[in-house]
Amino acid sequence: MAASAQYDCVVIGAGHNGLVCAATLAHAGRSVLVLETSAHVGGAALTREFAPGFRVSAGAHLLHLMPAALLRELKLESHGLEWAARGMPTTALLPDGPPLLVAGEHAEPGRALAPDPAAAAGQAMSAADAAALSSYTAQMRRFAAALVPMFSKVPPRLGTTDWSDRLALLRLGWQVRKLGRRDMRELLRIVGMNVYDLLEEHFDSAALKGALGLDAVLGANFGPRSPGTVLTLLYRLAAESAAGASGLSQPKGGMGAFCDALARAATAGGAVIRTGTPVAGILVEADRAVGVTLESGEHIRAQNVISNADPKTTFLKLLGPRHLDTGFVRRVDHIRTRGLAGKLHLALNRAPPFRDVSAASLRGRLLLSPSLQHIEHAYNHSKYGEFSASPVMEITVPSVNDPTLAPAGQHVLSAVVQYAPYALKEGWQSGRLRFVDTALDTLERVAPGLRNCVLGVELLTPLDIEREFHINGGHWHHADLAFDQFLMVRPVPGAAQYRTPVPGLFLCGAGCHPGGGVMGVAGRNAANEVLTQGLKSP
Amino acid sequence: MTETAAPHFKQPLLRTPFHERARALSQVDSFVAWAGYTTVDVFTTIEQEYFAIRNATTLYDLTPMVKYRVNGRDAVPYLNRLLTRDIAKLKPDRVAYCVWCNDAGHLIDDGTLFRLGETDYRICTAERQIDWLLDSAIGFEVEIAEVTEQIAALAVQGPTSCAVLKAAGLHGIEKLKPFEIGYFALGADKIMVSRTGFTGDLGYELWMEPGAAETIWDVLMTAGRSRGIRAIGSQALNIARIEAGFLLPNFDFVSAEHTIRTGRDRSPLEMGLAWLVDFNKGHFTGRRALLAERERGARRQLVGLDVAGNKPAHNALIYTDSGGKREIGSVTSATWSPTCKSNIALAIVDAPHFQIGSTVWADIYLNRELVWERRMSRARVVERPFFAPDRRRATPPAEF
Repeated sequence: MAASAQYDCVVIGAGHNGLVCAATLAHAGRSVLVLETSAHVGGAALTREFAPGFRVSAGAHLLHLMPAALLRELKLESHGLEWAARGMPTTALLPDGPPLLVAGEHAEPGRALAPDPAAAAGQAMSAADAAALSSYTAQMRRFAAALVPMFSKVPPRLGTTDWSDRLALLRLGWQVRKLGRRDMRELLRIVGMNVYDLLEEHFDSAALKGALGLDAVLGANFGPRSPGTVLTLLYRLAAESAAGASGLSQPKGGMGAFCDALARAATAGGAVIRTGTPVAGILVEADRAVGVTLESGEHIRAQNVISNADPKTTFLKLLGPRHLDTGFVRRVDHIRTRGLAGKLHLALNRAPPFRDVSAASLRGRLLLSPSLQHIEHAYNHSKYGEFSASPVMEITVPSVNDPTLAPAGQHVLSAVVQYAPYALKEGWQSGRLRFVDTALDTLERVAPGLRNCVLGVELLTPLDIEREFHINGGHWHHADLAFDQFLMVRPVPGAAQYRTPVPGLFLCGAGCHPGGGVMGVAGRNAANEVLTQGLKSP
Repeated sequence: MTETAAPHFKQPLLRTPFHERARALSQVDSFVAWAGYTTVDVFTTIEQEYFAIRNATTLYDLTPMVKYRVNGRDAVPYLNRLLTRDIAKLKPDRVAYCVWCNDAGHLIDDGTLFRLGETDYRICTAERQIDWLLDSAIGFEVEIAEVTEQIAALAVQGPTSCAVLKAAGLHGIEKLKPFEIGYFALGADKIMVSRTGFTGDLGYELWMEPGAAETIWDVLMTAGRSRGIRAIGSQALNIARIEAGFLLPNFDFVSAEHTIRTGRDRSPLEMGLAWLVDFNKGHFTGRRALLAERERGARRQLVGLDVAGNKPAHNALIYTDSGGKREIGSVTSATWSPTCKSNIALAIVDAPHFQIGSTVWADIYLNRELVWERRMSRARVVERPFFAPDRRRATPPAEF
């Protein structure tokens, strides 16, 4: 085995963060090799056929978190990225009445919650709620803005005497202080609260509260009454704000096409991508990561190894505890990684018959979470290893905006369905069909006759997501976004600055700050860290 | 054991298998709690017991030592990642003194590692460690079980100890080398013997089934009568271990898993245990932190002190000057050494005052009929151990 490095950087995993990281490094002049287990790039952000002629984004189905600046820098539009829809509206579906338009089309960034009366269809909000929504939205937007500067930065370390860490903490404090006395007091009052209590303070309509609350718990191991859910909501809003893009968007060809554009951006910079090439382990010599071993037995040497895999897979499987300290391994082992979100895909012989939903609303995001109480009840089941008896959903019908996804005249429905616990007590073998049935029953209440339109069904449980996309626990954020797994403690202290205890090994996935969703910021931040801290070729 | 099955709140401390024998010999009824057991602090007088360690043979019940069995395919890599020494070098039927650290390179505990088979080990420690041992096992094929209650242990220490064991029927015991393990039949019982101990003297430790404990005690007492055998408590042993320069967890250092205040943790480099740290064997927990510490240089060190006068410097603060203006450390263990005829102590001292030959000052408080007097005593930093007789290593040991 040659002792000299073949590449400056080897990136393990071609998920969107891995690709952003690779593209950034390649454009900075580094030689980069990306290794992907699957036959295609994208990780969980891919488009694939789930029924003959029907294609869907297997994981996330909306793009709203990736910073516009990053899209521009990577020149994704010149690499083939096209939009099927931008600034998509949000509508709340209600089982016992007409839907409620929560956010109109072309919502401003960070302002996805603002109602757009011009596009209103279905139920109107009470005047009091409309006024409250406007002030609530403005305030949440100000709070979110205080968090925005954190996103593109490496989180500071706690308890060091390093001035850059102290400065970063001071800056964060200053951002909050800058809000002014009233806002700062309010932010500090609500930041540890649950979203249930917060929304109760502001609104009357159960439907509105249910819709606004869902965003706080989407993809999280939380119900609206769980402590810390105001933070997760603020965090989502801040991420949207930081993205600065035009609201909810749907790439043409689905998330897979988006990742194909990312891959082209990386290869245009000189990066090499090898798919169908599973990595077996990370090579360590003299306490330094010096490359990877492939499952084929091939060794590839590199100055820096950057893992897009989740922290547990990276540290416990690819690197191995014997290269790490016990306390660190204990922390990694304790990261909460169990997903609770399932993904339901329906092949339909016609447009889904959602009751009273306007054509404009059907192009957007449909929320099925009629009240906070309803979400909380749905969550309760998951605490005891059961799936929700009446699950909550975030639904899109991507074929409305992008007819290439389904045969002519037919449609695809894509829904994030909660709660579907990773460790289902009865097991997903028997639970799968029952859960699909439950989800279809739930949909039937807002779309009478939907069952008769169904040509094909696919359910991805967290267990499927774990197996298919190699994400420990099947959690789309790789690790719960919660107070104790957040910012400078994400994924764990000692690896929260993209660097790891083993020199030469970096993390770039959703398990790092600022987390998952198709954001790409972790990949970008990690690349910057590799550029400043990593080894260069001699 | 039946003790744990009983309503334990009625008897908060367990009794070791030697308890009845110890109680019968106890003249001053001085028992102390040790790791959940009641054990003897003093049988008769500390002095009498101490001199038996250095002149005859002593029995000391060390059953409460916490014992773990480590067994499995990955036992060697597991132990090498847990402990700072290179375990691959430890041959079967050998014992090694070891320490282990947390991620920050701070001492969690020390103990002895017994290699019982190819992949079968036993760790004896002062503190219960099961959580740390299990967390360290993540990713290793290894089984860890606490076996404290399944093994009775008796230390047989002193210059005549080999002769006593021989007289008791342990044929070939004289061939056992320091840190070696042997197996012997004693009547109907089979016992494991290691040439180890906490006295710095010639001595052995006997490991047996709890059911055999009383028989073996009796056999040894009978065999040792003409060689001055005597049961001892923890007080006398403590003098011997200070003379031998051995550390006592919770006295000379506090486990990093238990400290609350910053700066109270101790690293093996600070405790004079650098010889136990092998940086070349591959990764172990704390390695990166200890490398950085070695790079920085020691800020403080455990030292041996020869203190003027004859009053033990218990809990004394250490100063650079007789005026007590600049404090540079404190004493962790102190005793008058009857064998060295000197006033010895172990102390933690800041750089650069820990160099051999340095002079420091200890303030010793004396209670003279309820009136406290403070005495500043000159102390010299000296080599450890304070007392290390050749007989501790001689094989075969001298006949008595």
